[in-house]
Amino acid sequence: MTALNPAASLREADNSAHLAWDARLERLVSFAFTLPCLMVVALCVLVPCAWLFFLSAYGADGRMSLENYQRIVDGASYARIFVTTFQVALATVVACVVIGVPFATFINSLPPRRSVLFLAAVLLPFWTSLLVRAYAWLVLLQRTGIVNSVLMGLGVTNAPLELAFNHFATVLGMTHIMLPIFILPVLGAMRNIDRALIRAAASMGATRGYTFRKVFLPLAAPGIAAGAILVFVMSLGFYVTPAILGGGNVTVISMRIARSLSNYSNWGAASALGVLLLVFTALLFALSYGVQRILLSRQRS
Amino acid sequence: MLLSPASTPSQTGHMNSRSAESVRIEAVSKMYGEFRALDDVSLTVEAGEFVAMLGPSGSGKSTLLMAVAGFIRPDRGRIFFGGSDIVRLPANQRGFGVVFQSYALFPHMDVMANVTFPLNVRGVPQDEARRRAAAALDVVKLGGFGGRRIGELSGGQRQRVALARAIVFEPKVLLMDEPLSALDKTLREEMQMEIRELHNKLQITTLYVTHDQREALTIADRVAVMNKGRIVQLDSPEAIYRRPTDEFVARFIGEATILPLAKARGMVAGDLGAVEPSARALMVRSEDFCLSRAGGDGGWLTVSGLLRGIVFQGDSWLLQVDLADGQAITARAQKHFSAEVGALEVGQTVELHVRRDRVHLL
Repeated sequence: MTALNPAASLREADNSAHLAWDARLERLVSFAFTLPCLMVVALCVLVPCAWLFFLSAYGADGRMSLENYQRIVDGASYARIFVTTFQVALATVVACVVIGVPFATFINSLPPRRSVLFLAAVLLPFWTSLLVRAYAWLVLLQRTGIVNSVLMGLGVTNAPLELAFNHFATVLGMTHIMLPIFILPVLGAMRNIDRALIRAAASMGATRGYTFRKVFLPLAAPGIAAGAILVFVMSLGFYVTPAILGGGNVTVISMRIARSLSNYSNWGAASALGVLLLVFTALLFALSYGVQRILLSRQRS
Repeated sequence: MLLSPASTPSQTGHMNSRSAESVRIEAVSKMYGEFRALDDVSLTVEAGEFVAMLGPSGSGKSTLLMAVAGFIRPDRGRIFFGGSDIVRLPANQRGFGVVFQSYALFPHMDVMANVTFPLNVRGVPQDEARRRAAAALDVVKLGGFGGRRIGELSGGQRQRVALARAIVFEPKVLLMDEPLSALDKTLREEMQMEIRELHNKLQITTLYVTHDQREALTIADRVAVMNKGRIVQLDSPEAIYRRPTDEFVARFIGEATILPLAKARGMVAGDLGAVEPSARALMVRSEDFCLSRAGGDGGWLTVSGLLRGIVFQGDSWLLQVDLADGQAITARAQKHFSAEVGALEVGQTVELHVRRDRVHLL
């Protein structure tokens, strides 16, 4: 037993072994707190992922083959779906940046109490379901929807505009959903910018615009990058919004996966698509991590 | 090229006489809700003068500085500079150099980019901007540090970069908001001397905020002591120390014993001499108390009390003495009184002497 309990067997003069043992024990105990979480991750994420890889490597005849991947590489329709998915995700990121950065800048400039109010307005959509929000947009955008009625009533247009069931509606709906997720990290980065820096720039004669471009924006950049990557990666996996607002005209990967399963029960094909999406996402994450580290290391202080 | 180390005396002289301008603050007030941050403050910093604003936190000193810088809009009052009222002028059009407590260096730029920033704003060609920035860095003894990242600098070095950045565009006024409060004592004292030297060299009209009384006395031509949004005394460092106008200033600066006159008359032996009718208390600096009447040709006052403690503090001993009515007195005995201090024992009665001309009436 003495071998297992160093406290009993170690008797050096300088006490270093005891102290090192205490330090190790402390680390072990704090690590123990992560165990429930690690088990959930292992069971619900790692095992299914491994299962996905496993399934994707078997062909329709039940033998091990790469035919699922071969089909994706060969088929032009698959390539189109990947392109569409990335296009929609990228457009959502661009929309989030264009809308979110100025809005976060505005919230950041408000006194604390009012900024909470505006932040709550941004976060409100979080509490309504994806489905409700998609149908709400449909109510607004469809041929007989509110937007078209108003436009025609005002005489802006004679025939109803095609606002729903296309890329535009899909990106609009996704931007609505992703905006809070984008704004939170951006606002976090902006809140960390020392106000004295802005004042310092002004004291040196810089206009608001110059200060924004040369000081504020570069310092908010890591937050903007984090928000953009988050939005992009999450947008790659969207299903409900493109399905409803795309109205069949926008086919993204997740919809193809669902069809492979529900229509053809082809687990191999669906798994291969899932694996590819996972790989792309992982690559993007690695890339973004690298970019973030470069941005942050440039402003270590 | 004022900042070039090789500048000739005539160039420097030219700079001094031409660029110094006074700043005149007139009846400026600022309320934060119910809190009176600035209460009808007036202060003129003469051309080329160094004025330190000293006061406890919340006394309004930083608020006043920020109002002069243009970051805070006062509720009332005027600030004159160069013959016109600038109180409504945006900060970026005032052209004042500002050094912040947190240094406010741009963390995403290197030292050179930080120091050239105000020159780039002014459209100075890049090679000239770099030359002038290098000269400014030489002035603050950071020559060759241009390529360093801000994160790589120590606190003292950051302070110097902030200083270089504030003077590189040759502002006519320099505003400093507790610039040394984040530095350790040794470095702080070193920087005080350097800032003083820099001011002697450049003669920029300077307004300086500090809560450190010693720093204010060391660094400034005149000290404005502030309390509760008002300037309670504006005077030379020596006058502030020797002749405080009220009890607040006496207690805030240096170490002082203050005795109400009514009480003092009963306890102090010796001739107080003529006392103005308005005087209500007498003040004695701790170091003016003596254990013996050395070289006394009359004019001494003596007070006796119970010695409660002796503390050795390196350059002096601190003696804590309680008077008969319980009032505590702090006296300082310099090193050369070690024989006298050695003979003292806690609990005994001691006599403290002070020259009449060292007693100040409040």
